[in-house]
Amino acid sequence: MRFIYDLHQSMITHNVILIYEGDFTQETTKSILTMAERNLESSGEESGIKKRIFNVMVEALQNIVKHSDEVEQQDKSKSHAAIFLIGNEQSRYSIMSGNPVRKENIPTLKTALERINSLDKDGLKELYKEIIKNTTLSEKGGAGLGFVDMARKSGEKLEWDFVDVSDELSFFCLKVNIARIKEAVALA
Amino acid sequence: MPESKHCQNKRGSSISIILILKTISKMEILNIEGAEDTPKIILDRTNGIFEISGRSLPEDSAEFYKPVLEWLKSYSGKSNDSTDFVFKLEYFNTASSKLILDVLSSLESIGGTTIQWYHHEDDEDMQEAGQEFSELVEIPFEFKTY
Repeated sequence: MRFIYDLHQSMITHNVILIYEGDFTQETTKSILTMAERNLESSGEESGIKKRIFNVMVEALQNIVKHSDEVEQQDKSKSHAAIFLIGNEQSRYSIMSGNPVRKENIPTLKTALERINSLDKDGLKELYKEIIKNTTLSEKGGAGLGFVDMARKSGEKLEWDFVDVSDELSFFCLKVNIARIKEAVALA
Repeated sequence: MPESKHCQNKRGSSISIILILKTISKMEILNIEGAEDTPKIILDRTNGIFEISGRSLPEDSAEFYKPVLEWLKSYSGKSNDSTDFVFKLEYFNTASSKLILDVLSSLESIGGTTIQWYHHEDDEDMQEAGQEFSELVEIPFEFKTY
């Protein structure tokens, strides 16, 4: 039973205020959003920041629902198991997600993320407009705008990593930070 | 035979729903109730009400906005002299933003259309989103707060 305590301690050490692990659907997305909204409501956070957190959460959660690759379990059953976390540090919130991806999908993801991280505020705005004008919705219903939108709402670089899982799979980890004090840099 | 009676009732009510839908389409009103992840939509030619409001993060945005695009297609042939189309959104996801652009693009060909883009007074991001849409289509936008 030690792991319960360890998990609890680990959450405190990493300032994690919410974790969901398991299958992700539109229904779980709605439940997590409701729960996080209630948390933020009682924390008295500024409304602009609350909206940005909500915004990034939706994109991160719907990305998992739409793009998390199926993993075959030992018993041959298929699973979409992924993880979603919210961190609350002194100066910022972090929206974090992790989901399995097939290795052949990694180069496309990397290219998109690297491009986004190379752009400043105006560059991201232009990229957003370019994609929305020219894109058609994918089979999965995505517009290809999720990462761009997350980067715009964050105002910081997206943090990401691929953790090796097997010959076929990696675990895609994403962290999106949202500064607590809006425009803190501009005010300084 | 309570079970079969129940089935009959079910079928009866679905027939009446179809009849109501037919009547609504004759009156040219599209009325979609809002939910926690989908916006409220009213498109009413007779009373000149065209409004999308609330939150938009449906699981399948293309499917959700399909009736709106279809309604606008049929409206474009017999539109009112002026169409004040209200967007009063609290939040929309990126998949919805693509469909909102599709709605705006359909409105582009309807003469006399003005977009009334509402945003909450402390929601700069929603205001900016409206400005970006206004740069993507050739329709006059009026920005308002609520």
